[in-house]
Amino acid sequence: MSWNRKHLLDIESLTAEEILTVLDTAKAFKAVGERAIKKVPALRGKTVVNLFIEPSTRTRISFELAAQRLTADIVNFSADASSFKKGETLKDTARNLEALNADFIVIRHSASGAPHFLSRVVNASIINAGDGAHEHPTQALLDAFTIREHKTNIAGLNVTILGDILYSRVARSNIWALTKLGARVTLCGPSTLVPKTFEQMGCRVTHNVEEAIREADIIHLLRIQHERQRKTMFPGIGEYTSLFGLNQARLAKTRPDALIMHPGPVNRGVEIDSEIADCPRSLILEQVTNGLAVRMAVLFLLNGGKGPQEVA
Amino acid sequence: MNSLLLTGGRVIDPANHFDARAEVLILNGKIAAVGNLLPAPADIPRLDATGKIVCPGLIDLHVHFREPGQTAKETIASGAAAAARGGFASVVCMPNTSPAIDNAGTVALIHERAAQAGLVNVFVAGTITKNIAGEELSPIGSLKKAGVVAITDDGHCVQNNELMRRACEYAKMFDLPVMDHCQDYPLVTDGVMNEGYWSVALGLRGWPSAGEEMIVARNILLAELTGTRIHCQHLSAAGSVALIREAKKRGVPVSGEACPHHFTLTDAAVAGSEKFWADDGQSLLATGGGRREGLPTWPAYDTNFKMNPPLRSARDREAILEGLADGTIEILCSDHAPHCDYEKEVEFDYAPFGITGLETELALSLMQLVHTNRMSLADMLAKFTINPARLLNLNRGTLSVGAVADVTVLDPDCEWVFQPGTSASKSKNSPFFGWKLKGKAVATVVAGKTVWSERVKAPGV
Repeated sequence: MSWNRKHLLDIESLTAEEILTVLDTAKAFKAVGERAIKKVPALRGKTVVNLFIEPSTRTRISFELAAQRLTADIVNFSADASSFKKGETLKDTARNLEALNADFIVIRHSASGAPHFLSRVVNASIINAGDGAHEHPTQALLDAFTIREHKTNIAGLNVTILGDILYSRVARSNIWALTKLGARVTLCGPSTLVPKTFEQMGCRVTHNVEEAIREADIIHLLRIQHERQRKTMFPGIGEYTSLFGLNQARLAKTRPDALIMHPGPVNRGVEIDSEIADCPRSLILEQVTNGLAVRMAVLFLLNGGKGPQEVA
Repeated sequence: MNSLLLTGGRVIDPANHFDARAEVLILNGKIAAVGNLLPAPADIPRLDATGKIVCPGLIDLHVHFREPGQTAKETIASGAAAAARGGFASVVCMPNTSPAIDNAGTVALIHERAAQAGLVNVFVAGTITKNIAGEELSPIGSLKKAGVVAITDDGHCVQNNELMRRACEYAKMFDLPVMDHCQDYPLVTDGVMNEGYWSVALGLRGWPSAGEEMIVARNILLAELTGTRIHCQHLSAAGSVALIREAKKRGVPVSGEACPHHFTLTDAAVAGSEKFWADDGQSLLATGGGRREGLPTWPAYDTNFKMNPPLRSARDREAILEGLADGTIEILCSDHAPHCDYEKEVEFDYAPFGITGLETELALSLMQLVHTNRMSLADMLAKFTINPARLLNLNRGTLSVGAVADVTVLDPDCEWVFQPGTSASKSKNSPFFGWKLKGKAVATVVAGKTVWSERVKAPGV
């Protein structure tokens, strides 16, 4: 096993072996997290900057904690308090951070490709923490990690991703990760939000929710992203819930061992019934826990770590 | 003064269906004769064009010279220098400057600056609507008196169909062609690249072909209704070509233009050079001898591949090439759109649309149209000379005796690499830097004066 990348920009360019290296390394870090002393010195003396140009709570805190567990120094930079409001460009902001010797820049940005752009203009390692509708690589890695903990092997699984696919970076990263690892991916949602074009990414598209989830091993729900949407995309939340929401009646027609995932934040009563979000088949909080281990693994590997064998 | 004898070249004058080895004699800025063993005065300068093509000075009817108001990007002088270097004797400036060219004073300013630059003919297009706002008609009669050769809201598109209809009817009174940047705003919304597989994979908002085709169809209906010629600018979509082909068969006064980036590149290029060469770029390799090594490289989300209308699919690219070959699209141009590096070195969503093109359009057109045997050199040159001259009622684009002596000398087989250091444009936002190109202008003559040549550099070029 080995890892030679400087940046984590997307899942699309990773090989299955590289994805598995991250997952195996994350497994070792999850074990570290269960020790009495949860901290390791792997990134001692290194500086991680959380450059969040778009608001986020869960991902930012997860990266922050991951960096702390690796003994790195961490600085948070959010758009509201930044010079962005004064008109500074992303390039200038990032070069200023670099002038302070940042080793890693974790970037969340509403513009797709912003991490790729950043990787060309600064020397620091760039970690994509979500770029526009493009990718959210660590989310897909933590999702794959979580699936692997429950189903052992991802190859051959039926995974259905349900919701707003068009505007979802989580969907794209999951499609790439899961198809590379051999799962059969089905996408489902309103035809305006799940165009057939997605079939060219190697998955199946359907607009019939019952059919989409009937044989699923994993039902991955996505939030309807009000803030990204134009009013023309679907008639309203009520109709969405009635056509595509995961409720008890629909859940009853799925396989009994089908598991439910959601990257959060959950809109209870919209894409998922409240009690389903909390039921034993829901992995939602496990995803959050695993996110920490996966982000530690990513930082560790980008810092020159080669794989799980080096995690002490 | 301004006399010249061009010797030894193959003279191609599409307007006169002339294609033969001949001399071209220029006396006092006018074409005096085209033929062999011409009785030229002994003391006039000579330009040896042996092995080269001599043709009417090329015309690019779609450039943005950014003056007044955006001179950090380009000035009339720097734009004219880029034109001369590219082989262009005449350009038509689009009116989306700051202020917009919606008044006679701004037209006069541009003419004055162009005269100061003293390089190429700088013609001016006025706006259709005041301040390109799409709400009220510009003073089109005053603009005509000030010398505009067409009207357009380029960069923007008049959405109100009734206003567009009246603009057409009104412009007809002055025999001014109406040019249109075809973009239906509600369909396009905030799209930044072609809607298709690559916009989905890259997570960028799509600009669907139908957003252009909708307005091309509208323009065909209005050209039919009003009898005014409507010229559809920078066509990018297969459906637009089909619509115009069908309308022209019915005799509707509609025309179209195409830019080399739309018939060379595709939306796959936005995903980076690796994806492009593995996929839609394959067809370019065939003409380049099939060599993969030494190909230009660029990253994903490179904003020099962001323009409006956007790069489209391979099918659209093929349709544009077919439309050019069968005459549906009569005019070639660059949509030369300079932007500063600091404006382009930003997130893809935030970058302005547009690329420079004056210095590469001749080579790319030769490569995609002539070197691939899609059309004859004469047919391609017609799209850069007599066809735009006819659309705009310019007394240019021909080597007829008595015509203004605008002449371009070009070497269609010259292989060269486009480099930022040799570009005369003030901006360096081209996707074609580092590309190995085939075909180059070697001299540009405007009214008998050599304003640029490979050997003699005019001041400021």
